[in-house]
Amino acid sequence: MNVLTDVTATDVTAEVLPAVVIALVQVVVFVALAPVLVGLIRQVRARIEGRRGAGVLQPWRDLRKLLAKNPVRAADSGWMLTAGPLALVVSSLVLVVLLPLVGTISVAALPSDLFVIVSVMLIGVVALALVGLDAGTAFGGMGSSRHMTVAALVEPTLLLSVYALSIPAGTSTLSRIVGSRLDDPGIIISPVSLLALVALIIAIMAETGRLPVDNPGTHLELTMLHEAMTLEASGRDLAWLEVGGWLKLAALLGLVANLAAPWGVATEFTVLGVLVGVGAIVVKVLLLGVLLSVGEVFLAKVRLFQVPELLAGSFALAFLAVTASYLVA
Amino acid sequence: MSVLRLATLIRRGHHIAEPAPAKPARFAGSEVLGGSVQVRYINAGGCNDCALEVTAAFGPVYDVERYGARLVPSPRHADVLLITGSVSRNMAEPLRRTIEATPTPRFVIAVGDCALDGGAARGGYGLAGPLSDFVHIDIHVPGSPPEPAAIVAALRQLTGR
Amino acid sequence: MSAIDAGLIQAGLGLQLLLAVVAVAAALLVSPARRSLTVGVISAALAATGLATGIAALLGAPGSLSLDTVLPMDALTLSPDRLGGLFMAVVSAVGLIVCLFGMSSARGPAASRTAWAAMPVFLVGMQLVPAAADSVSFLLAWEIMTLGSTVLLLADHATRASVSSAGIWYSAMSQLSFFFILAGFAVLAAATGGTSFSAAGSLEPGSAAANLAFVLFILGFGGKAELVPLHVWVPRVLPEAPSHVSAAMSGAMVKIGVYGALLVCVRLLPEAPAWWGIVIMVLGGVSALYGILQASVASDLKVLLAYSTTENMGLIFLGLGASMLLRTSGATGAADAALVAAILLAVSHAAFKATLFLGAGAIIHSTGERNLDRLGGLGRRMPFTAAAFGIGAMGAAALPITSGFVAEWMLLQSLVNGGRLQGDASVAASVAMPLAVAVIALTAGLALLTFVKAYGIAFLARPRSAPASEARDVPGLMRLALGLGALTVLTLGLVPGPIAQAVAAAVPDGSGTVQVVGLAGVGVPGINAVLDPLLLTVLAAVVGIPVLVAMLVSARRHPARISELPWGGGGSRARPRMQYTATSYAEPLVRVFDDVLKPTRDVQVTHAGESRYLVERVTVQQSVSDVFETRFYRPVLQLVQRFGIAVRQIANGSIHRYLTYSFVAFLIVLIAVSL
Repeated sequence: MNVLTDVTATDVTAEVLPAVVIALVQVVVFVALAPVLVGLIRQVRARIEGRRGAGVLQPWRDLRKLLAKNPVRAADSGWMLTAGPLALVVSSLVLVVLLPLVGTISVAALPSDLFVIVSVMLIGVVALALVGLDAGTAFGGMGSSRHMTVAALVEPTLLLSVYALSIPAGTSTLSRIVGSRLDDPGIIISPVSLLALVALIIAIMAETGRLPVDNPGTHLELTMLHEAMTLEASGRDLAWLEVGGWLKLAALLGLVANLAAPWGVATEFTVLGVLVGVGAIVVKVLLLGVLLSVGEVFLAKVRLFQVPELLAGSFALAFLAVTASYLVA
Repeated sequence: MSVLRLATLIRRGHHIAEPAPAKPARFAGSEVLGGSVQVRYINAGGCNDCALEVTAAFGPVYDVERYGARLVPSPRHADVLLITGSVSRNMAEPLRRTIEATPTPRFVIAVGDCALDGGAARGGYGLAGPLSDFVHIDIHVPGSPPEPAAIVAALRQLTGR
Repeated sequence: MSAIDAGLIQAGLGLQLLLAVVAVAAALLVSPARRSLTVGVISAALAATGLATGIAALLGAPGSLSLDTVLPMDALTLSPDRLGGLFMAVVSAVGLIVCLFGMSSARGPAASRTAWAAMPVFLVGMQLVPAAADSVSFLLAWEIMTLGSTVLLLADHATRASVSSAGIWYSAMSQLSFFFILAGFAVLAAATGGTSFSAAGSLEPGSAAANLAFVLFILGFGGKAELVPLHVWVPRVLPEAPSHVSAAMSGAMVKIGVYGALLVCVRLLPEAPAWWGIVIMVLGGVSALYGILQASVASDLKVLLAYSTTENMGLIFLGLGASMLLRTSGATGAADAALVAAILLAVSHAAFKATLFLGAGAIIHSTGERNLDRLGGLGRRMPFTAAAFGIGAMGAAALPITSGFVAEWMLLQSLVNGGRLQGDASVAASVAMPLAVAVIALTAGLALLTFVKAYGIAFLARPRSAPASEARDVPGLMRLALGLGALTVLTLGLVPGPIAQAVAAAVPDGSGTVQVVGLAGVGVPGINAVLDPLLLTVLAAVVGIPVLVAMLVSARRHPARISELPWGGGGSRARPRMQYTATSYAEPLVRVFDDVLKPTRDVQVTHAGESRYLVERVTVQQSVSDVFETRFYRPVLQLVQRFGIAVRQIANGSIHRYLTYSFVAFLIVLIAVSL
């Protein structure tokens, strides 16, 4: 269990190779999967609303077209429109590499540490907020301000809920948490774990700009959080911002899926194991996407100033989960 | 509304969208969009008749989204400007700036007779001129107002689906 | 070997004193045209000597300097231990870049004879406090530091009334701190019979004297370290002082407060009962939250930085308190890690906050503005400052690959791990640790917002005022100082392993707490955690390079078109004034934390003519004041003042009345004696 001895003592090639392969597989799978996930979410929603929908591959078409356009940039906004999308995509990709999605095998010197992962994600959050401010318009600033307010208020819930999940496993490394839940599935349905999962899901909904915190389908500027920041981005700038956001959503849904139902995740490095891991995570993430979409049909966006109450509620759940697991167990 | 009632509505109301009519011919040059059309809607000074028809075209019955067209909140995201109404003097500058803000390649669809020549308001003191004075019109949807199916057909020429 | 080392420390300490005297003399004698350069160079040499001495002491070189005094007491002894050496190095490093910056930036009153004479005094005071090995020399160096900083603060008192008001607050709060520390040392000396620090160890843990001394020390050092509710001087003093002085105060002087608290909790009174830890945790947690809340709603860049200092000091004390609490619960590994994390946070705060204050100084130098609502677009006009400030802001927001991240990561890890107590889980620890994690998380979230606001509003978008649109980047020497600061922030963040190891070696029994792993990463065996920022950077580069290449290729194929204005809804009057400002950026937060911040809002609507419906103009004024000042200090001060006025009635100058008092007093004495 000791991470440090792993770092210093093991044979580097034998240990690093599986981790690198898993990481590579995760990146490839999720880059392909993320647009499909978003397409599926939109498609399911369209079907429920009585429409036909544009098909699950529509986000891919959108991306291809956006990349082929000549973007327009305002004279006063400069390098941030290039650096911001890059930072967002890189942060999401690092997230995909570090999280235990296809397999729980990772480089010992680079564990899927909870706090590192949250901080990496926050780089993306900050990049997006700065892109919003860089536009130099009222809408961009407004979106950025709201986005950061929500991000600030979400952080305690996010950290505490994963903290609660980490207690039974005795580590804050996510791959080990997932592994321990696989070994002892009884943990998953314990009240502490359920409370923490609910809190985590609320936090992730807020973090990825889904209902009821933000409405990803809106085109009314005053109701926007996330979209308002990208109003001034066009062409490839917009495309990369979208990809970054989609990857983050897919990766976080993958994390929730593996925490709630870790079965299928590859713990040993074999061809079959990796294939099963890929299949399992794709199915799980798409299933969660459908659930998300169905759930969103029944939700309305709450008023901006009711969001803190929602988040305070989820924080209370997470805190309860942590203290309960100390004092009761 | 309770969740149950909503669920019942969803169950009874599936397939609101009407069957798709035959695919119109592709507008030359729109292959670059590859079946994805983001639409920025501009009312340049109309009476809102055409606006209602556009809304209907994007609603569940005509459901133009199934062909790959989607309304977006900013011209920076758009490939197509859907413009209704004759250009009023107060809208001339915002229209000019919106057109300038749209990245190329872009297409312009003028919806309704007013957009073409001022229609009923032709020669009015508040008009800055017909739309063609401001921007090259790629597709024109005639009618006052045109029916949603015509707007859908125009958009389908661009999406090619 | 050790003999040379001993001589080294002694020479270093002596040289610091000598250079300070030379610098003061130079400030008084050199002509105004050359003053800034000459004194700046000598002061920088003083700081460099301090840095070298501090590093030598940190690496374990023994040595001491004794100064005999004419007073009937023991000789003043300066003998830095490892911890003292660390803090001496930290404050000297800050002093060094501050001197570099000040040489170029000081103008007008800030470059006066008095101001430049006070600078070396301030520096030498700060550098020698951590070297003190007995309470008398500690207090002496402390007072020299306070004196120097007060004079520096007052440089501009003649032209701005706010400066003299800040000076009064600063003097009062400094003396209050000094009083508490003096009383604390007095209690110690009375209980152990000596002023030397080594004598303090004989004090029985948990005795009344130890408890009393602890409370006095925490009040004293907490005041210097800007803890709530003793922080009231901060939002007045740091913004009003010249920027390089604010950088020295916030980056270095405040650390001396931290050093004092560490001295007490680690060296003088090491065996602390659990409630000490809880008290420090509560103080730290409240300070962190309150500080960052105030910082997040501040529109004045320097007020924002000042409150953020309170926040960081709060986090440091939170770590210190957690370490003490964990130690009483038997979680030694986590306790050691928390202590190292707290010190690491102090070191990294020195780096990024000095950079940020110097960045603010550069902005003020170029625009004359420190109100964020009137800045904007500086990234294009002052790219160097923007880069340095950006790196500092990332540090303050605790984002990866900066120093702040490593420290905060370690603190969180030790808390999470400390919560998982094996065996005797104390109820206090199992409630305190999750709460502390939540406090740090909320603080970190709000810090993120604060620094996105500070950077985004000042450096991005369009300039909101004429001075901002005409800004030019600062000259070379200031850039050098800014660059050194930013480089330190990055270095501490990228290769934290060796640095954390040195820090760990500075605390008693801490040398095994931290290991260097991977590419200069940190490994903490006690809490089973490992972090390798350089490897993380490599990973980011590996996944980022394909994206970057794709971006560049498509940029070549589909070049961007530059339009004059942002779209912004297409309005024809898209003026810079219509952008979001710092005030509007924080507006949602003001509403959410309405109960804590108690903002005052004043909306005035002027109607057009007789109409009730047409509005000519709307004026909105919103201000957030410091709740502790308005609700606590003001009433107390008013009470004192009222008491003073009442007492004045008794002493009205009449000879007859005074004779009557003497007579009555005499009578009372006689009666008392006769009883």
